[in-house]
Amino acid sequence: MTGPRHDPDLIRPYVRTGGRVRPSRDVRLETVVIAASGGTETLAPDARRVMRLFGGGGRGGLAVADIAAALELPPSTVRILVSALMDSGHLTSPVPVEEGRPGLDLLQEVLRGLRELV
Amino acid sequence: MDSANWSDGPAPHFLAPAVTRSAKIVVAGAFGVGKTTFVGSVSEVTPLRMEEPITEASVGVDDLRGTPNKTTTTVAMDFGRIHLLGDRLVLYLFGTPGQTRFRPLWEGLTEGALGAVVLADTRDLDGCHEVLGLLEEQRTPYSVVINVFPDAPRYPLEELRQALALDPGTPLTECDARDGRSCVYALITLVEYLTTRHAPASLVEPRS
Repeated sequence: MTGPRHDPDLIRPYVRTGGRVRPSRDVRLETVVIAASGGTETLAPDARRVMRLFGGGGRGGLAVADIAAALELPPSTVRILVSALMDSGHLTSPVPVEEGRPGLDLLQEVLRGLRELV
Repeated sequence: MDSANWSDGPAPHFLAPAVTRSAKIVVAGAFGVGKTTFVGSVSEVTPLRMEEPITEASVGVDDLRGTPNKTTTTVAMDFGRIHLLGDRLVLYLFGTPGQTRFRPLWEGLTEGALGAVVLADTRDLDGCHEVLGLLEEQRTPYSVVINVFPDAPRYPLEELRQALALDPGTPLTECDARDGRSCVYALITLVEYLTTRHAPASLVEPRS
């Protein structure tokens, strides 16, 4: 074996996620989450790393993609970790996930926001 | 194994507390077409990178042992974000490589996306077809934007539209991916198209 033993690439994604292979809820790359409550002592190492990123809360939200980049974890793995942490109440989303294709109302908001930039 | 030994790098940039909605747009295109440049020109943070290992069947390799030959490739995706509407809304832009062999990755990316900007280079229009095929397969609406490289030949947009076999309604514009304003205009063109596609509600394609 070459490289350090803690090289994250040596670990299969389903080991990191406690055997889960897909998110338990609709968590997307752009889903925003904030720290809620709950002790982290019982969490698996990767879940604890996610929570540590939030530093106990109060620092604002991050999207799943931001977490994946900061922790250098595959986004597919982070989607699963975040959905489990939402199930356990450690994370919560201030942004309701909109099912299916984006609605007209979201498109219009984005359009208005972009037009304000130019 | 102790997680405390893992370096978690610099602290991330947190989102504004006022954020109540998020949206994403995919910036797709062939290798080297300027996706990360585009994302970086619009983003308020330096583009961040995610890496997804994918397993793919090896192509063109004889396998004498009768077991499927698989290799693992890491696909890098650079993304950025921008707060809009007085920080109430955050828009994420995901730069995505357009190869068909990255199809598994695309499913997670295009799900819930408003739509896609397909960046094209007039020197490699063929590189576009694969991307357009993938988006059509996933029913993700898109616009095509020619990234105007200084040394690339310019053609009338009508000719390019024909060469790319675009639907008459699909927006086709030019931009300079290094110029933030130019990129924002390209995004506006896409979202305008998406809103017109949306109405009247009765004609929206059924959700599958």
